[in-house]
Amino acid sequence: MEGCSKITEACPQLLDLIPREREWLVKRADERSSEEKKLELRLGPPGEEWSLRENAKNADDRERDESLLSLGYFSNGNQHTRKFSSPENLQPGSVWFNQQLSQQAKATPFLQFPSKTVTTRQSLPVMAKESSQPCCTKVVVDLQQSAEKKAFSPPAPANTAVVPSSSQKRTAPGSVVGWPPIRSSRKNLASSSSSKPVTDSQNESPNKKVASEKPVETCKKGMFVKINMDGVPIGRKVDLTAYDSYEKLSTVVDELFRGLLTAQRDSSAGGIMSEQEEEKAFMGVLDGSGEYTLVYEDNEGDRMLVGDVPWHMFVSMVKRLRVLKSSEVSALSLGSSKQGKESTDEMRRKNFAVKILF
Amino acid sequence: MVSLCSFISYYWEEEKRMNYFPDEVLEHVFDFVTSSRDRNALSQVCKSWYRIESSSRQKVFIGNCYAISPERVIERFPALKSIALKGKPHFADFNLVPHEWGGFVYPWIEAFARNRVGLEELRLKRMVVSDDSLELLSRSFANFKSLVLVSCEGFTTDGLAAIAANCRCLRELDLQENEVEDHRGHWLSCFHDSHTSLVSLNFACLKGDINLGVLERLVARSPNLRSLRLNRAVPFDTLQKILMQSPNLVDLGVGSYVHDPDSETYDKLVTAIEKCKSVRSLSGFLDVAPHCLPAFHSICPNLTSLNLSYAPGIQGGELTKLIRHCRKLQRLWILDCIGDKGLEVVASTCKDLQELRVFPSDPYIGHAAVTEEGLVAISSGCPKLHSILYFCQQMTNAALITVAKNCPNFIRFRLCILDPTKPDAVTQQPLDEGFGAIVHSCRGLRRLSLTGLLTDQVFLYIGMYAEQLEMLSIAFAGDSDKGMQYVLNGCKRLRKLEIRDSPFGNGALLMDVGKYEAMRSLWMSSCEVTLGGCKTLAKKMPRLNVEIMNENEQTDFIFDDAQKVDKMYLYRTLAGQRKDAPDFVWTL
Repeated sequence: MEGCSKITEACPQLLDLIPREREWLVKRADERSSEEKKLELRLGPPGEEWSLRENAKNADDRERDESLLSLGYFSNGNQHTRKFSSPENLQPGSVWFNQQLSQQAKATPFLQFPSKTVTTRQSLPVMAKESSQPCCTKVVVDLQQSAEKKAFSPPAPANTAVVPSSSQKRTAPGSVVGWPPIRSSRKNLASSSSSKPVTDSQNESPNKKVASEKPVETCKKGMFVKINMDGVPIGRKVDLTAYDSYEKLSTVVDELFRGLLTAQRDSSAGGIMSEQEEEKAFMGVLDGSGEYTLVYEDNEGDRMLVGDVPWHMFVSMVKRLRVLKSSEVSALSLGSSKQGKESTDEMRRKNFAVKILF
Repeated sequence: MVSLCSFISYYWEEEKRMNYFPDEVLEHVFDFVTSSRDRNALSQVCKSWYRIESSSRQKVFIGNCYAISPERVIERFPALKSIALKGKPHFADFNLVPHEWGGFVYPWIEAFARNRVGLEELRLKRMVVSDDSLELLSRSFANFKSLVLVSCEGFTTDGLAAIAANCRCLRELDLQENEVEDHRGHWLSCFHDSHTSLVSLNFACLKGDINLGVLERLVARSPNLRSLRLNRAVPFDTLQKILMQSPNLVDLGVGSYVHDPDSETYDKLVTAIEKCKSVRSLSGFLDVAPHCLPAFHSICPNLTSLNLSYAPGIQGGELTKLIRHCRKLQRLWILDCIGDKGLEVVASTCKDLQELRVFPSDPYIGHAAVTEEGLVAISSGCPKLHSILYFCQQMTNAALITVAKNCPNFIRFRLCILDPTKPDAVTQQPLDEGFGAIVHSCRGLRRLSLTGLLTDQVFLYIGMYAEQLEMLSIAFAGDSDKGMQYVLNGCKRLRKLEIRDSPFGNGALLMDVGKYEAMRSLWMSSCEVTLGGCKTLAKKMPRLNVEIMNENEQTDFIFDDAQKVDKMYLYRTLAGQRKDAPDFVWTL
């Protein structure tokens, strides 16, 4: 930061939006401090002729800044100054703009930066780094030449220490507290609101689609979550939007894993399980009375027992499912704040009972 | 305001003459000045104006309930009748402020009651309102007329029952987006049979059941009812009956809207709606069968405000059909499932649009259905646009530049890209230039929220160009202290600054400590400021409350000045350290 105490070393940035305000800009330039004069925004609007604003104080710097269009690329102090096109390549504004639109239309972000875009950030100026270099030029991004786009690829690890520690907190959107910035009342909308069927029957649950009416789209397209089971190496996926209750989910879990489980037992123990034994394995996944218990991982990363919250709330929070052996579950912390004398089994039964009443 | 200034300057020169005007004349003149800001300006002209203005002001706005004590407010404004109070910092809406932080209204109501203030209107935002407060409120002010609660919490329907039962003059009960514990239905019955003065009733945020018969009778005996917003528990046929009773409604919030379009009830509703020629504002549709929407097409041409942001069930064709009828729309709140194409329909239909909010319908999955294209379409179709809140999947500098050119009149510009550090979707550049264009073009910009990949450069632009900026929200942006310094240095009118997850530290915080007394508040969370920096600031500025909230144990906290502070909230205050702060809040 020390090298940048004077803004004279910053990159002048020209973006002239409204040419008729040029006079105003000139006047302002005189009123502004010398610091501010160095940086001006300018972008020639489509169809207008571009012109260069001379500012005597910056003549040397400006010499290299013939091109006016910039989208904010600053070369890094440790790298060579880059120009992506020489001034001669500039097209008149309207053409740029039209091409920009067509670029956008067909552009696919072929450089898939991760959301942390650490590398991209490193290529941007932290002005502090530019103490030794002459002021970096304003670089023109010539969007008409897709070849140039490749120049944006992450530069050689030039700046290593740019990323401040707090950026480590800039994690993926789903798990950041308070993000996106909307009130809680807006959070579970898509799953909790319903488009009820034409015949107003009370027993229809929110997410079920009735075949007789016109297809009612909800914003949620099929929501597939992974489901793994203890002892079974290969997992499955279930589409939660296809079900509207915990009972149905329990049935599905049964169907998915019963075959696999049987096969494994067969191979390991020898002999064939009786039908009753098969059924027993999966009864009571939800209320803790069976051999297995269903748990899930929610959007905050916690493991939770399935069945506590209303179905639609569950659907909005669940990230993956797991079928655990019930004996394991009681040994684990379940994320519940209940202390106590109740056994885990009893707790689960109560939760289940509460759920039914809900 | 211009005329006011010339008024003031005229009298400034003619000060001697001014003294010959009796107070009553000045007071009468001041009656025409209603906005708080203008009245604040009046009171600063001279001592006698201060005295007259203060003794006659009836409507008071307190932007931070901890900035001043209720006693002091009462002392200064003895004619107080209407007060608006705000409590928690804005980021409390997004669960960034711990639950028991504060913002209790009880001490205010208690002080007003004790001092026999003739309170008639109370408007609260982000405050904790207990049932006891509501009970006390209902019993203490015989002329109480209007209660508006926005984003508040702490009360149940029992508190509402007290209001309904005891406030015999009540005209307005407006509950917006509050967290209310619903003890089911009976509060509505507490309105006396002789209570006929209701003008506005909004209980859309209540989750529980409502006694429908009671509601119908209440509406039937309220001939002045102009605004009614129902909750989800109110079904279709009740809506139909209510509309038959209240053809003069101006603002309607539909609760549940599910029915068979081939039924008689539906036909009756269509008739009832056709009679409601005064409806200008429509909202709700908390549960909806979209094919019943055509019933509303007859009033759509009159609508100036439409809020479908709680109606994910309305999408696609039905949604655009509805919007095509709304040619006079000025305000539109919608979910992003409208898509870019839907926004193009808005752009071509709603030429008078002034305010647009596009909310995400599925925040966890994170696939917003709108992009920069929708925003550009709106900006080119709706030149009167001055306020926007836009949650989107992606943005580009080119789009923002275009928007800035199309709509130079923005007062509020809030952009939220669901992936908060996403660069320009086409060029992978930071969005500095785009936002720079916005602040450069929109000279009247007062509120700005930024997201996307942003460097210090954007803050340089903001400091340079955003002269009228009063509120700025920053998240996951900037590279160094310089960013924040540009803003503090350049934005002379800045009142509220809130920053999260950005690399601004003590250097920025301490650059201009005097600035914070010219601002209402500063919030910084998950930034680089340390305990030592905050302590320094608190020491230099005794009239600021510098509150620290840390997740770790307080005891560790005290000894390590180099430790970073999780959450810091500072605000100017005349009331000193507050006495109701919970354990995890430490005022330095």
